[in-house]
Amino acid sequence: MFGFIVNRLIATIPVLGMVAIFVFLMLRLTPGDPAAVLAGDNGTPQQIAEIREALGLNEPIPVQLGIWFSNLLQGDFGQSYFFKKDVTELILLRVGPTVALATTTLIITIIVAIPLGIIAAYLHGTWIDRGVMAFSVAGFSIPVFVLGYILVYLFALEIKLFPVQGYKPLADGFWPFIHHLVLPSITLSVIYIALIARITRASVLEILNEDYIRTAYAKGLKPTKVLMKHALRNAAVPIVTVIGIGIALLIGGVVVTESVFNIPGLGRLTVDAVLGRDYPTIQAVIIVFSFVYVLINLLIDLSYSLLDPRIRY
Amino acid sequence: MTESTHNLVDSAASADASARKATLWQQLLRNPSVLIGASILALMVMMSLLAPVLGTMDPSEINPAWRNKHPGFEHLKTFADGSEAQWSYRLGTDTLGRDTYSRVIYGAQVSLAVGLIVAVLSIAIGLTIGLVSGYIRWLDAIVMRVMDGLMAIPGILLAIALVSLSSAGLGTVILAITIPEIPRVVRLVRAIVLSIREEPYVEAAISVGTSLPLILIRHVLPNTIAPLIVQGTYICASAILVEAILSFLGVGIPPEIPTWGNIMAEGRVLFRLFPHNILYPGIFLAITVLAVNMLGDGLRDTLDPRMRERI
Repeated sequence: MFGFIVNRLIATIPVLGMVAIFVFLMLRLTPGDPAAVLAGDNGTPQQIAEIREALGLNEPIPVQLGIWFSNLLQGDFGQSYFFKKDVTELILLRVGPTVALATTTLIITIIVAIPLGIIAAYLHGTWIDRGVMAFSVAGFSIPVFVLGYILVYLFALEIKLFPVQGYKPLADGFWPFIHHLVLPSITLSVIYIALIARITRASVLEILNEDYIRTAYAKGLKPTKVLMKHALRNAAVPIVTVIGIGIALLIGGVVVTESVFNIPGLGRLTVDAVLGRDYPTIQAVIIVFSFVYVLINLLIDLSYSLLDPRIRY
Repeated sequence: MTESTHNLVDSAASADASARKATLWQQLLRNPSVLIGASILALMVMMSLLAPVLGTMDPSEINPAWRNKHPGFEHLKTFADGSEAQWSYRLGTDTLGRDTYSRVIYGAQVSLAVGLIVAVLSIAIGLTIGLVSGYIRWLDAIVMRVMDGLMAIPGILLAIALVSLSSAGLGTVILAITIPEIPRVVRLVRAIVLSIREEPYVEAAISVGTSLPLILIRHVLPNTIAPLIVQGTYICASAILVEAILSFLGVGIPPEIPTWGNIMAEGRVLFRLFPHNILYPGIFLAITVLAVNMLGDGLRDTLDPRMRERI
């Protein structure tokens, strides 16, 4: 087990390294002087000279890569000349709303999608099953922002149930915090629910054909017990794997949802940074999101043996 | 073998092949998912191609007098040749007085073209990289590390970042959407190559001295076609969505070009008063993506029955 954890940890290093190299090259491969690009449109010659010095742009590329890595390991993403701040500081300021949105979305998704998938599998071939599958295909096809605006129109403008836009931190009280997060979380969770419900249905359906399910029924267990204890438990590994892969979908959705609902999180920061051509911030956001994505999937890999005792390392 | 038996065997083989082909077509036509998806998609393609004759006007024509009109608004319009006629803004106008109906119809051209081009490009590039790296061991290790790195960056984020590197334009957007799709194609092709290279008929081909390029083209390539058609359909759906998202966020195709994403980006500001500028392009976008996804699901079920059992 310990050996496996170490192996998996080591295996993520080249992936994260590739991400870092890719982000490093992204700026170097653009036409023009990276220092001038980093300083932005309003960069003074003095700023450009400072950046040149700090990044070692006069050094050969391998040395620059070394400087980039050592800065990265110290959590130093450089200066944003667009926001006039340290990028690390900027990200720490914006991370709260994104974590809040992602967490509520994940909770809604799991609460809705897994029962939906189990029911569809149990009632395989009925109209309920077909309904869940149709919802799943439709959920993949409705763009996040269109759904967001439809929900705002219905539940914030027509029926004034929720605020149209905005974000309240948890410090302002639990109710305003949740009240502002309901619509964005539902918006973001639809595509994710579509994905998880589909994989839950498929995995549970596969398990329901197993001999031990027939045995469980034969010894007189109730369907709910068979489904929850025997089927879901055995179907857990693929479901959890797809929840992990789906984090990429969630991250893409966060960028869009935060723009629709005007939530000052990392997604909004990404769009602002791209519009302002603020490369240090773009680089940092990509690295932060990718590292989180890889680390969550690492944790999920490590959780397999907890979910399924047959898996031993 | 005499000449006549030769002919006999040949024609028998081709009859068998054509019978199989016919059943594949029949299977496809019997699949409701394929039928519905393909019909809707065909309608959308026809609509985009026939845009000039569908009662549209110039989608970029700015008319300050008729800004922000609700759907169904009518007025007397003077045409370029001096004639006058009652003109109805079927789907209203935007903040610059452009006809939303015409913009939505013309917008289909860009969205469908982006979907198609991205699908073809990413399949072509991914197929080439996958075929080569599946067969050359030392290259494989490097290529797969690069692909792992690319796949670790969430797709939309990568596309947004790539767009920011270059000046905004159709080409930049297409490239930015294509690059994040490539690793998935490479992985798919490589997995197929790795399983096919162990097959006895490939071993036989090697033993009679067939060259590597010929083995790849004649024995490996045909096995990748069905899964790649399915994958290509999904890429097309995702590309149409990502293009709309990029344009909507204001980092995609330049706002002068009517695309569904751009119309919606324009409609954001006055959404509370005039929701039609987001609603109508949104409906067209969702229906198109739904049709492509249904087509993909149907194709997967017919072309790749093993996949059906898994998903």
